[in-house]
Amino acid sequence: MSDQNRLGVFKTYKLYVGGKFPRSESGRVYEVTDSKGQWLANAPQSSRKDARDAVVAARKAFGGWSGATAYNRGQVLYRVAEMLEGRKDQFVREVAASEGLSKSKAAAVVDAAIDRWVWYAGWTDKIGQISGGANPVAGPFFNLSTPEPTGVVAVLAPRKSSLLGLVSVIAPVIATGNTAVVVASADAPLPALSLGEVLATSDVPGGVVNILSGVTAELAAPLAAHQDVNAIDLTGADPALAKELEIAAADNLKRVLRPGPVDADWAASPGTHRLTAFLETKTVWHPTGALGAAGSSY
Amino acid sequence: MASAFEYAPAPESRSVVDIAPSYGLFIDGEFTEAAEGKVFKTVSPSSEEVLSEVARAGAADVDRAVKAARKAFEKWSALPGSERAKYLFRIARIIQERSRELAVLETLDNGKPIKETRDADLPLVAAHFFYYAGWADKLDHAGYGANPRPLGVAGQVIPWNFPLLMLAWKIAPALATGNTVVLKPAETTPLSALFFADICRQAGLPKGVVNILTGYGDAGEALVSHPDVDKVAFTGSTAVGKAIARSVAGTDKKVTLELGGKGANIVFDDAPIDQAVEGIVTGIFFNQGQVCCAGSRLLVQESVQDEVLDALKRRLSTLRLGDPLDKNTDIGAINSSEQLARITSLVETGEAEGAERWSAPCELPSSGYWFAPTLFTNVTQAHTVARDEIFGPVLSVLSFRTPDEAVAKANNSQYGLSAGIWTEKGSRILAVANKLRAGVVWANTFNKFDPTSPFGGYKESGYGREGGRHGLEAYLDV
Amino acid sequence: MPTTAPAFSDATASDSALRRFLFGLPGVDAVGLEARAASLGTRSIKTTAKAYAIDLAISMIDLTTLEGADTPGKVRALAAKAVNPDPTDRTTPRTAAVCVYPDMAATAAAALAGSGVKVASVATAFPAGRAALDVKLADVRDAVAAGADEIDMVIDRGAFLSGRFLKVYEEILAVKAECGAARLKVIFETGELSTYDNIRRASWIGMLAGADFIKTSTGKVATNATPANTLLMLEAVRDFRAQTGVQIGVKPAGGIRTTKDAVKFLVLVNETAGEDWLDPHWFRFGASSLLNDLLMQRQKLSTGRYSGPDYVTVD
Repeated sequence: MSDQNRLGVFKTYKLYVGGKFPRSESGRVYEVTDSKGQWLANAPQSSRKDARDAVVAARKAFGGWSGATAYNRGQVLYRVAEMLEGRKDQFVREVAASEGLSKSKAAAVVDAAIDRWVWYAGWTDKIGQISGGANPVAGPFFNLSTPEPTGVVAVLAPRKSSLLGLVSVIAPVIATGNTAVVVASADAPLPALSLGEVLATSDVPGGVVNILSGVTAELAAPLAAHQDVNAIDLTGADPALAKELEIAAADNLKRVLRPGPVDADWAASPGTHRLTAFLETKTVWHPTGALGAAGSSY
Repeated sequence: MASAFEYAPAPESRSVVDIAPSYGLFIDGEFTEAAEGKVFKTVSPSSEEVLSEVARAGAADVDRAVKAARKAFEKWSALPGSERAKYLFRIARIIQERSRELAVLETLDNGKPIKETRDADLPLVAAHFFYYAGWADKLDHAGYGANPRPLGVAGQVIPWNFPLLMLAWKIAPALATGNTVVLKPAETTPLSALFFADICRQAGLPKGVVNILTGYGDAGEALVSHPDVDKVAFTGSTAVGKAIARSVAGTDKKVTLELGGKGANIVFDDAPIDQAVEGIVTGIFFNQGQVCCAGSRLLVQESVQDEVLDALKRRLSTLRLGDPLDKNTDIGAINSSEQLARITSLVETGEAEGAERWSAPCELPSSGYWFAPTLFTNVTQAHTVARDEIFGPVLSVLSFRTPDEAVAKANNSQYGLSAGIWTEKGSRILAVANKLRAGVVWANTFNKFDPTSPFGGYKESGYGREGGRHGLEAYLDV
Repeated sequence: MPTTAPAFSDATASDSALRRFLFGLPGVDAVGLEARAASLGTRSIKTTAKAYAIDLAISMIDLTTLEGADTPGKVRALAAKAVNPDPTDRTTPRTAAVCVYPDMAATAAAALAGSGVKVASVATAFPAGRAALDVKLADVRDAVAAGADEIDMVIDRGAFLSGRFLKVYEEILAVKAECGAARLKVIFETGELSTYDNIRRASWIGMLAGADFIKTSTGKVATNATPANTLLMLEAVRDFRAQTGVQIGVKPAGGIRTTKDAVKFLVLVNETAGEDWLDPHWFRFGASSLLNDLLMQRQKLSTGRYSGPDYVTVD
């Protein structure tokens, strides 16, 4: 029996929120096409209520995820790479279709995305050492600065780079213990929605990453204004939208990562910038004192 | 109650400082009048005496200062780091030499006790310049990649609670990294920044590298929204901080904000009680409580609440309020009549909402702006005095039963600047410190500052860090 | 006479009860304690306040000679100095006491008779305290019999450091019983106890056992009275009175040599225990060279000129 005789099974793409795969509460979907305009699938068109639910899920997950050991988070991120590797063919197809790439170029992108998870998996238990440390204060005090995750981060994924760019903005956010509400590229959401399936089978606790598809501006506005969101990555916003969102974000002084160039080279070495963008520095002081009262003097 | 051992007045001499009747703006290395010719008076809050008349900057002056800073940036940023370092070391040294003069000046203009300006503000100011001087030629090793570049012109707006110290926190890292600055001190405390301008001249700092604009909020607004400013650094109220965050949206300006707080000072039943009481006093009555990181909420475990409150009231009764120039004064004047009105109004709200007020028995001078050290008991999380920053010598006392409850209450605030933990149990310190959402956690101490130690908040207390290696990032293009 | 304040009678019921009580006292943070002491050390005491403090300090001195080379002549000279510290100024107050070894107590008592200056005698195998209890008690009896108004005993630091707190307590009780009408000062040798937590615990043992004074040190070890350990002991007597109504005195000894130092200690008293302790009955300085510095400062205040060592007596 040849494949040509068999009717393929389409996939219903769903959101990924709180570790589950709901449809949009709006009940709406929109057509996703490939770079030539051919229909690929219907994607959920998320509403502001979906965004609200995603924030609740992300907040609920924050305590456990930020409280997990850095070693554990590294293992989980590495597990994502493993799962992605096993589903490479699917992602190559989706990336090729979404971004209009040849199969070999798409394969290179997927490989790079897998490697990006590996890169950040290795950072979880090192970022604290390079961005924190003991401070030699002039007094009898032990003084230590440590980085801590900012909290719930809204992430507007890059508009064009549907998988590598996406992974490049999600992985650094969660590597340090933040939880994320991700707005997928509106034009190319399918790799993002599929990534949700990978995350769900990768020991990433439900709610740590939440993925929404839909109209970026519609979802970004309530997220930027949300008082229980601590930071926002504006990568996927155009300049006009980015400005509007940055203004809204000022209401509770969200940490804002401004968008870079729209044609950013996501294959380039990522550095640590995206890790530190969503970290707070906490500095703890404690007296050291002398071993005994005998050391005191006038 | 008169004590047998009545300390005689021990005033620091005013003669070490020579305040001119008027001052201009410091732009491009020269003192100059404001373009519109406006001036305002600065008064001593402890006596309401007019100390001097200073120029009031407007938009045209801001533009001129930013232009001067832009012009100076090219050469300044191109200097070898080791040369910039030497300028900063010079400044640090001159500050040390003139520290008594500056301490007296600061006390006169701000109202805080000479004990604090002499023993805290000025030593920290000099230390800050020393610390960042040393970074100027070591930026390659700071962890921000090779040859990190400065941003350009920094627009800096600082508050009145630590006028010279906040200036140091802003100017030292900016200059060390190769930026040039335009700084606006608060309108109630302009003098020490103008004296600093003179120190820049003595140090031979190139013209335009540091520009000082005295003025009001309009000048600050014009400065942070000036299109040729690359970096905005602001310390002050959360409301203004939010306005700045809005105003820079859509620009490339880098921003750091150090804003309000409502720090929780958590006292567990196994605390070193006597030191905890000192820490509570330091936490909220240092600088008349006009400190963004003040421990303004005392969270005390119910099992020791009475003991701690008795000890605290006894201790507060020994605080000496009065002439800030007297070396034995613990509590000086409130910085301005506006601030006094705000404190008074919030305290009235506290009473109206049913919190129980206790104020230390001390006589307030007849002129100037004064508020007696005050604490509120019977306070819950719902009271205004437990939520709003009072920025005055007013402590709200709340109780808790378990460590979990303490952490939950401490974190239940829109702010996240500072917190204190008092317990003799090491593991509890580490567990609680880990859970607190605050940028600075003092365990078994409070209100300690050091140039090597990063300072800054979580949540609506702002973003970015000042001090330490972390403080360099705010002024580098990284 | 109750030997232990009733409020705390349970605390001394057994070795384990006393241990539990002592370990239940709030801990002491060394850096915070020393910072508070240092901060009070920045008080600026001028003019009238300084004059008051100098006279008060003179009146609080236990003028001390505790040398192997002490002789009756030396003790008589010291007694004369105590009664008449500044021959050029009869308004100068007398010191509180003269402090000597037990074998010199009779000499001191004779020399001080009728002056109002007390005779204090160290006892209990001072300074090491390493003798059998009956020897220590005999030492105390001798001193009291020779006319000592005050006994400065040392605690058994060996027992304390090995955790035998009840032994320390009971020894103080026994000495107190031998004192009769003499007031008992209990010396902890804070430098040997080493930690502030230990000093706080020792203070409570002493207070529970009926000490009239708690005293820092013998003057015979490297670290003696410091502002911090004295502050800590002032907190202890303050708390003890608040809880029992019983007031107990404090005596820092050793290392206090200058007027500036003495005034700092008086500030500690004023702002910690309070003015009730600003009285020779409740606060003493164990010192010798301090007196001459106080006298020179006193002369400076009255004449406006700086004095010199040739203008005070060397005894």
